[in-house]
Amino acid sequence: MRRRWLSQWIGALVERQPLARRLFTAAERKSKEGLFGCRMCGQCALPVTGYSCPMGCPKELRNGPCGGVGPGGACEVYPDRRCVWVVGYERAASAGHVGDLRRLQRPVDHRRFGESSWLNYWAGRDDQLWTDGDGLASPPRLGSIP
Amino acid sequence: MSALAERLAAGQLTITSELSPVRGASAAAMQERGRLLAGWVDAVNLTDNQGAHVRMSAWACALAARAAGLEPIMQMTCRDRNRIALQSDLLGAASAGLRNLVFMTGDHPKFGDHPGAKPVFDLDSVTMLWTARMMRDEGRLLSGKELKPPPSGLFLGAVENPFAPPEEFRAARAAKKIAAGAQFLQTQYVFDVAIFEKWVAALRDEGLTSRCSILAGIGVVRSSRALDFLASGRVPGVVVPPDVQRRLRGAGEGNVEREGHRLAAEVIARVCQIPGVAGVHLLTAGYEKRVPELLELAGVAHGRGPGAATCGAVTASGARAVPAADG
Repeated sequence: MRRRWLSQWIGALVERQPLARRLFTAAERKSKEGLFGCRMCGQCALPVTGYSCPMGCPKELRNGPCGGVGPGGACEVYPDRRCVWVVGYERAASAGHVGDLRRLQRPVDHRRFGESSWLNYWAGRDDQLWTDGDGLASPPRLGSIP
Repeated sequence: MSALAERLAAGQLTITSELSPVRGASAAAMQERGRLLAGWVDAVNLTDNQGAHVRMSAWACALAARAAGLEPIMQMTCRDRNRIALQSDLLGAASAGLRNLVFMTGDHPKFGDHPGAKPVFDLDSVTMLWTARMMRDEGRLLSGKELKPPPSGLFLGAVENPFAPPEEFRAARAAKKIAAGAQFLQTQYVFDVAIFEKWVAALRDEGLTSRCSILAGIGVVRSSRALDFLASGRVPGVVVPPDVQRRLRGAGEGNVEREGHRLAAEVIARVCQIPGVAGVHLLTAGYEKRVPELLELAGVAHGRGPGAATCGAVTASGARAVPAADG
């Protein structure tokens, strides 16, 4: 496990107390909403989407932009907004992380909405959100997603 | 293996065409249009409520197309069904012998005739392809539950738009679909051959065109009004470059269709020369009557025509052999 025991221990501590958990989740919401357009899906993909929240896409696409992106990068559904994936691609490209966008994202678990993704991460509940690489060398495993 | 899969595996130039389902409770009119294509194209795509407009369901139209002597490709979008319904419909299609499937995320309901509908988008094109591959190859549902029996012989397809921003990411996006399970890929309208060629080259460089057959989307612009509409940006994902617009408008009112027809034939001829391109996908709804002329002008009509066994075996009586259910 690459997670450090300290964060795991803090996470477990917070999770045990309903009030602490609520406050912690509210803090996550507050800090991520403004910065990344976070929608609190509880299974954060930001580290591999160029820090642009894919849940802000009207189709909630987690595997890249749809084919309807307008010239200049406008969202097809809300033309006054920029496509979250165009933004994510630009950020990933400037940080040298375009390769991350090629990872295959597994389907969203809709029971997790509103939860703290940080607590879920520390508890190891979202270890399987995406593939390690682009999955081209051998068929990537999808696994069970109830 | 489906007849379409066999043809592509054999490396034969392949032509597919969109066949739009009807808005009504009889598929007869669609079959009528489809018969004009029989022998000329290798397979037809039955769209899934295209543009978020309600039409007869793609599976019903796929069966009707097969009855009219065509090899059906059933489209499935993730717009209207969650993972439960999508997997269930896939099993139903497989049991009816519908093996060619194309998965896409789908247009947003906002663009359709029921803009107030609830958008589903539970899965996306990539996770749906991935799920279908797992159902076929591992014999399991997304939940992990075993399928008895699993859907066999499915031929999985995807779509991609090489022309939409971020352009540099479009080959990677196609690569994700190929990793997920896509075995053939149909593209959005190709009006800009240079950009398309670059996109194919990127896939070829990764060795992906040998794993996945690429079919280039072809459209015929038939009037200046249609051109205005396509170039307006109101059609999701369609890009008509300025030089193409100039050429079509330069033909003069009344001659747009003739020029659009010529242009489409030129694009067909050019894309078929690109290494790694397996054929074309005709997005020419309502133009079925002139498809034979178009293919002849493009120089790809060899061996095609009424009665030609382009795809699928034609029996002695002239009727197309219908694949056995569950086969």
